Amino acid sequence: MSDELADVFRREAGRCTATLIRVLGDVDLAEEAVAEAFAIAAARWPETGVPPNPGAWITTTARNRAIDRLRRESTRTDRYLAAHRLEEGDMPSDDPTGRELDALVEVVPDDQLRLMFLCCHPALAPEAQVALTLRLLGGLETPEIARAFLVPEATMAQRIVRAKRKLRDNHAPYRIPSAGELPERLRAVLAAIALIFTEGHRATSGDEAVRTDLSEEAIRLARVLVELMPDEPEAIGLLALLLLTDARRPARFDADGALVRLSDQDRSRWDRAKVAEGHALVRACLRRGRPGPYQLQAAIAAVHADAPTAADTDWGQVVALYDHLLRLQPSPVVALNRAVALAERDGPDAGLVALDELDAAALDRYAPFHASRAGLLLRAGRAAEAVTAFDRALELTTNPAERRFLSAERATAAAAAHGT
Amino acid sequence: MAHYLLSVWHDDEYEVDFTTPEAQRIGPQVGAFNEELQAAGAWVFADGLMPASSATVVKPQGDGLVVVDGPYAEAKEQMGGFWVIDAPDLDAALEWARKAARACEQPVELRPMQVV
Repeated sequence: MSDELADVFRREAGRCTATLIRVLGDVDLAEEAVAEAFAIAAARWPETGVPPNPGAWITTTARNRAIDRLRRESTRTDRYLAAHRLEEGDMPSDDPTGRELDALVEVVPDDQLRLMFLCCHPALAPEAQVALTLRLLGGLETPEIARAFLVPEATMAQRIVRAKRKLRDNHAPYRIPSAGELPERLRAVLAAIALIFTEGHRATSGDEAVRTDLSEEAIRLARVLVELMPDEPEAIGLLALLLLTDARRPARFDADGALVRLSDQDRSRWDRAKVAEGHALVRACLRRGRPGPYQLQAAIAAVHADAPTAADTDWGQVVALYDHLLRLQPSPVVALNRAVALAERDGPDAGLVALDELDAAALDRYAPFHASRAGLLLRAGRAAEAVTAFDRALELTTNPAERRFLSAERATAAAAAHGT
Repeated sequence: MAHYLLSVWHDDEYEVDFTTPEAQRIGPQVGAFNEELQAAGAWVFADGLMPASSATVVKPQGDGLVVVDGPYAEAKEQMGGFWVIDAPDLDAALEWARKAARACEQPVELRPMQVV
């Protein structure tokens, strides 16, 4: 029963909170009311069973609790008025059943989209956007979010409180941005979801290399976004990218917990269902003819997934996709990835030439730059230089699995350097 | 509707000189922005400030007050001017802030005001 409640919570908390914020006009009040409703459910459902529409049950119960609370605490006129307004609203007030509930949840999808845009408001710093998204849409408790991002609980609590207060003090509107604002605002939402996934996929520190919960939550949020914005190819592209990347998870670490390079992964261990779904989504979004950064990254992941072994990879296609991506998103990191693909197509020397043309100052603190360069130097027979580059990469890497991988590679390079 | 402060920030000590080509370009831009604010009913008040070196600080000390040379914040960036606007919400205020930053070609900080 508690598992079932946990499932309902995971599925419905964000949706219920989203609707209650609209109805109550206050984030904190909505959160408290939803938490109270789940507590009531935990006490009642073991006897009565889970209602046919648990989300609507929670939303309605939460709303009723909020009205009660406002009445109890209404020392100020506006609170009386707020409670009064709620009662006159079109939501069912007594123990909800059947049709009333269906009518109620019909308005919910838009609410969740409103909440995504609110949580990812560009007035908030990215780390606050991510924290608020996980808290309000993912229904994660603050200590869970703090653990996931390896910051002290008090720090995370303060981050969330401040973000909520900033939105309230600034009178942030609870609505879907206008057509003119939408592209920029959507980019922020996509970036926040991608950031949640990346944090789960490649932990920057801590012993648990992959924090599966965050990756799964990011995929769930991307799915919700695609449902809510089915005509947005970049949303579909993001979901495809996350699925295709996550599909590799079972093969990303060896028995000792060291990171396994894409080229060395046992591809039979890739999650076929996720690959298939990701593939279908890539095809669906690219057909729309409005390619964007997430669609192109997903297409690159799809080319890798197409190859039964690393040697079968169509590197020409990968380089072409990176060229396209670089035109849309001219960043040093994209240029780095393109150079690495180029090395696979034309050999390590060509890759090193491409790396030399990059903005070394911008990439100097980016560990993958030094790791990639070290790998190419080793393959090009420049072992001593490779050792230096591996050392620099190790200085910048905290993830234990990545460190194990880099240390092993460095040892190979050092042995080669001594041999010559 | 809520009031917001849009403040303009300068990186360094600046001169108030309306004859420079820069000032000649920015002046009319800011003028047009002010007219747009007024036409939309969003204008409350606005003005530019004399340089921060002209500031004087009065601060409580013990039972009394002391007057010292300003500015108060020893920062490289100082406020050079501001608008107080009336806007329905953050997104509308941000739209005004974008227009303000384009007009004055300087960073503009948006900050909600307390409802007094």
